[in-house]
Amino acid sequence: MNTSGFTTRLVALTRKEMRQMLRDRSNLIVGLLLPVVLILLFGYGLSFDVKDARVTVVLEDGSPAARHAVAGLQGSPYFAPVWVRTMDEAERLMQEDKTDAILYVPGDFSRQQAAGLGRVQLLLNGVDSTTASTIEGYVSGALSRQGGQQGDRLGNKSAGVASVVIVQRTWFNEPGESTWFFVPGLIVLVMTLIGAFLTSLLIAREWERGTLESLFVTPVRSLELVLAKLAPYTLVGAIDLAMCLLSAKYLFRVPMLGSLWVIVVSSMLYLLVSLALGLFISGATKNQFAASQMALLASFMPAMMLSGFIFDLRNVPVVIQGVSYLLPATHFMSLIKTLFMAGDIWPDILRSCAVLSLYALVLIAATCGKLRKTLDETT
Amino acid sequence: MRRCLDYLAKVWALVHKEMLTLVKDPANRTLLIVPALMQALLYGYGATYDLTNVPYAVLDQSRGAASTELLARLDGTGVFHRVATLTSSGQLAGVIDRSEALVVISIPSDFEERVAAGQQAPLQVILDGRNSSTAGSAASYVSSIVASYNQSLGNVSSIAVVSRSWFNPNLESRWNMMPGLIASLSLIQTLMLAALSVAREREQGTFDQLLVTPFTPLQILIGKAVPSILVGLLQSTIIFLIILFWFKIPMNGSVWLLYLALFTFTTASVGIGLSISAVALNMQQAMLYTFMLIMPFMLLSGLLTPVRNMPEALQMLTYANPLRFGIDTVRRIYLEGAGLGDIAFNFIPLLAVAIITLPLAAWLFRNRLA
Amino acid sequence: MNETPTVVVQNLCKAFVGPDGKRFAAIDHVSMAVRAGELTALVGPDGAGKTTLIRMMAGLLKPDSGSLQVLGIDVAAHPQSVQDRISYMPQRFGLYEDLSVQENLDLYADLHGVPQEQRHERFTRMLDMTDLARFTERPAGKLSGGMKQKLGLACTLVRSPDLLILDEPSVGVDPLSRRDLWKIVQQLVDEEQLSVIVSTAYMDEAERCGRVVVFNHGRLLADGSPGTLRQRARGMTYTASPPQGTPARELQARLIDRPDLIIDAVPRGGNVRFIRRAEEDEPRLKDVLRDAPYEPRPEELEDAFMMLLRQQEGEKGATKPSGEAPSIAVNGRQDQPVIVVRDLVRKFGDFTAVASTSFEVIRGEIFGLLGPNGAGKTTTFRMLCGLLPATSGYLEVAGRNLRTARAEARGRIGYVSQKFALYGNLSVRENLEFFGGAYGLRGQTLKERIAASLEQFDLDPSAQSGILPPGYKQRLAMATGLLHQPDILFLDEPTSGIDPLARRAFWRTITALAKGGVTIVITTHFMEEAEYCDRIAIQDAGKMLALGTPQQVREQTAASGAQDMNSAFIAIVEQGRAQREIAANSI
Repeated sequence: MNTSGFTTRLVALTRKEMRQMLRDRSNLIVGLLLPVVLILLFGYGLSFDVKDARVTVVLEDGSPAARHAVAGLQGSPYFAPVWVRTMDEAERLMQEDKTDAILYVPGDFSRQQAAGLGRVQLLLNGVDSTTASTIEGYVSGALSRQGGQQGDRLGNKSAGVASVVIVQRTWFNEPGESTWFFVPGLIVLVMTLIGAFLTSLLIAREWERGTLESLFVTPVRSLELVLAKLAPYTLVGAIDLAMCLLSAKYLFRVPMLGSLWVIVVSSMLYLLVSLALGLFISGATKNQFAASQMALLASFMPAMMLSGFIFDLRNVPVVIQGVSYLLPATHFMSLIKTLFMAGDIWPDILRSCAVLSLYALVLIAATCGKLRKTLDETT
Repeated sequence: MRRCLDYLAKVWALVHKEMLTLVKDPANRTLLIVPALMQALLYGYGATYDLTNVPYAVLDQSRGAASTELLARLDGTGVFHRVATLTSSGQLAGVIDRSEALVVISIPSDFEERVAAGQQAPLQVILDGRNSSTAGSAASYVSSIVASYNQSLGNVSSIAVVSRSWFNPNLESRWNMMPGLIASLSLIQTLMLAALSVAREREQGTFDQLLVTPFTPLQILIGKAVPSILVGLLQSTIIFLIILFWFKIPMNGSVWLLYLALFTFTTASVGIGLSISAVALNMQQAMLYTFMLIMPFMLLSGLLTPVRNMPEALQMLTYANPLRFGIDTVRRIYLEGAGLGDIAFNFIPLLAVAIITLPLAAWLFRNRLA
Repeated sequence: MNETPTVVVQNLCKAFVGPDGKRFAAIDHVSMAVRAGELTALVGPDGAGKTTLIRMMAGLLKPDSGSLQVLGIDVAAHPQSVQDRISYMPQRFGLYEDLSVQENLDLYADLHGVPQEQRHERFTRMLDMTDLARFTERPAGKLSGGMKQKLGLACTLVRSPDLLILDEPSVGVDPLSRRDLWKIVQQLVDEEQLSVIVSTAYMDEAERCGRVVVFNHGRLLADGSPGTLRQRARGMTYTASPPQGTPARELQARLIDRPDLIIDAVPRGGNVRFIRRAEEDEPRLKDVLRDAPYEPRPEELEDAFMMLLRQQEGEKGATKPSGEAPSIAVNGRQDQPVIVVRDLVRKFGDFTAVASTSFEVIRGEIFGLLGPNGAGKTTTFRMLCGLLPATSGYLEVAGRNLRTARAEARGRIGYVSQKFALYGNLSVRENLEFFGGAYGLRGQTLKERIAASLEQFDLDPSAQSGILPPGYKQRLAMATGLLHQPDILFLDEPTSGIDPLARRAFWRTITALAKGGVTIVITTHFMEEAEYCDRIAIQDAGKMLALGTPQQVREQTAASGAQDMNSAFIAIVEQGRAQREIAANSI
């Protein structure tokens, strides 16, 4: 009776959940289509790499020296310079959001430069601070190169003065491509949203439709109900994981230094945590309205904003770091980035997997608790 | 006059009812206010691109005055914190692998001699690229320190770039992020609220009761839209006040214009939400379709990465995304103090979305196939 | 046979915290025992505690005090061991609507661990008994209400349990399906000596049971065989015939408005059955009966039940005198049709839900729309209310087509839906205010109407609507539907799931309204309620099978010997189905 009863019931319930999942098209849209959309958006859509920065140049000094100074902006893939005559015009462009920066070369530039140091002014639109800093870097880089050459021509002795030159190496992501870190983060996001969106209504719906009352008065145990609800979505998650990994390797050519099996195992572990979290929300709220709000607020947004996906946790106040480390997503995020870009670093793997397993166990146990076979709390 | 009053009284009855169902439940009340508050604070602190803490390690094989001077400059920034002093290049991999240090500065043994001899002295900087944007910021930070050190050595370029930043003098990313959050955070909940409103009534059978009353579709639409819009504006206000008084980011534009923009934006989102609601068979579908839209809306909005960095095709798609224009408009009014004339164009896509989705929803209320 | 009782209840108590924050006893010191191999009925009005007791037996609720043994096991201590052995069908059976009939059966068979080799035989038998064999592939959500209920029963009975507990299995189920359900239960009791506990609001169902336990307000009022319970009404039951030309319901109204003399009165078969108060003697009855002849009739279980309830309730729940029913200013001639339906057709894809239906309803008439579950009544009803467009045909309500007519036309109808469809988290007053506002009432008028409604329907304005007992929910739904004094009132199974006391009160209001000139269109599964109607229509498979006064419809089946409405209905529907089969075979 015992073990065989357990397996029969588990199989029966799993089959039921599977059929219910397959018969509602909205499940499959979110489970399979949304990940594809996200893969494409993350792979192609999101980028920190500024190209064709809109720089408006106001050249009040028509001398060859001044022209030469700003020549570096032209022909560069980074800039799309626009030339205007007056500062007023340029400021209007800035006001209308038609330019990101104004490079102002005053009328006495060439005279000053001849005297040693010519000053130009760079006005940035600080609204988009990241783009603004990038442009600032680009422009000063381009101008100082020109300035350096000019200085040499003007006879500045550069020989004999020491200079420190930086030899930069970026480990794990030599080209500095944002895709390389967006794509592993994408796996975290997809695994999170499967849990949050697909499982968070499962139990609430059964409470609202009254189907649980009939199930309760059968030999069914709460654990069987929970496991059966996890199973089909684990499968969807596995398919999504496969899509993410394939596109990472073949579409975006993101290096995967860690071993595939570790990536797969840890991702599935996180998937389990995320599904269990969804189920727990569902079991705890018992109504679909509250469950859907909770799922959105408690899983997807934090996973995107606080897990170290885009924003580096090192830059965040300690209190917020504390909140971040409460999220399972944070632990998986650091693990998956390491696995992709740095390789199998076992202490990291073991620590993160231990944390995730703990989450999975606690959440599943808590959900079972919420599914105790009684109506006492509801009436 | 009387007819007009009758009309308003009916609409009021519906609005009043919707508001009551929203605020009667204490759990619901909490859900309307607390998440906005919490998220504004959490993400206000958490969502930052600014470097505040760069742990670094040093492998100083020269141990001369020049390297000490350079490292002192690095430490003086308050951003770089030395976490390890390495003694051999073999230790280098470990500190980065374990994420102990984001940057390792390796100073070769001939550094001192080269500087003294007026030669080029290479300085090796190794970065952990797992987060490429942090790595990039840290790299440019290091090079600006090195550049100023070079200047002190007498290396002078003939051009000095004096840069000044408008609207956000210290280029703090929080200034960019927070006004964007006004639009994004309120979008999530209003969209969901609107999407569930009709779906829930359908599931509970009250929608039929509503349809047999003399309400016209337009009245139902207004009755359903107004409370969601008010909730959206309430949440926007909460976040707005936090930004203004807690994070103390100065507001440059007109509050009236800001609310006009938020109203237009929220109306467009509610239109989308109500259309979802009218199409969905039940609450589950309404919720899933909402999720399906929220994700691309967020990612293609310019909240996290600028729209202009996206490929052309995707940039075209963003014209259908109210959030893109919502965020842009709020940011520009808030930070730039933009006037109506400057941002008039942004209203066009928002109004277009509202004009298409609201009548569509009203039509669907009655004509959706059973 | 095993003589140890299946269920032993001793001094059992269970209290809940009410919406007002006060505790109230749902089960109040109840002691009883249920014998094995017998059908035991739990009867009582809403809020009697039947469901609470049943849920405690099923191990879903824990008793506060007292003891409860099921199959010799202490349920509170070992709910799972009880749940392993019993089968339980809750009021709303949890069918998975997106799974097919077969898949639902398989699921429950697996959960109950029914061995594969027994399944084939059991399933065949169950599908055969429920007449669902043709629909095994159909999703449960696409079944009619009656079929769903039968499938629910089949799922509960995938194995032969030691005890079967059914909580109001026949609510919202048509007479044919109800008959089928009982046939199945009866058969299992006979063949497998199954012990069954069933709660019900139908006295004819209770009468079939070996044992009837009557509850009210958590207390046990009476316990015994139907025969012994019936004794209580001996000598007090009569039948009166209305004078020529007056509807039976008018005589019934006169009788029920005299609670000092009459305990209960219902129209039946063109006559009125009533129970007199024991303390009043026959001569005084003349006062109220006037010239209507009456004679004694044999007592029934329902009579005893009504007496028990009235005794405990006192006059609470008695109907208000008719004078207070809102009177509607009737414009136009009395005989003018207010609803005209001609050749109405509604198709869903290639399925014809309503086929070429025609009828008229005149002002002030009570028109009953009857039919088995899934017969097309609801579809017809929804088209009449303007909730669903017709595929073809002509439809006119209050002189307009509601679907296309301007909103004001809809302002002239009232609608009470089948499910409680008001806002559950709003208070009674807030609901009334909203719907009043929806119909353009405001200011003083609205206040007065609401005050009058609250008074008429005896409602507490501050109570939360969603947690009212079913009878009160129904009153609130009526109050909202009538607030704007509509010309036509549509009622979709308004009495399903409410107890006989509340039903009497409900019909008293309806007959008063009709007298005031309101046209009533109503659907119901209680065939005896058809007796209140001026005319009824019986629909099946989208076709109109009978149309006329209750008398005419009964006479239509006189040949088959149908005495009451219930058997007349069954006869007509079965006749219709037989003809359809012949027609289908001849093609």
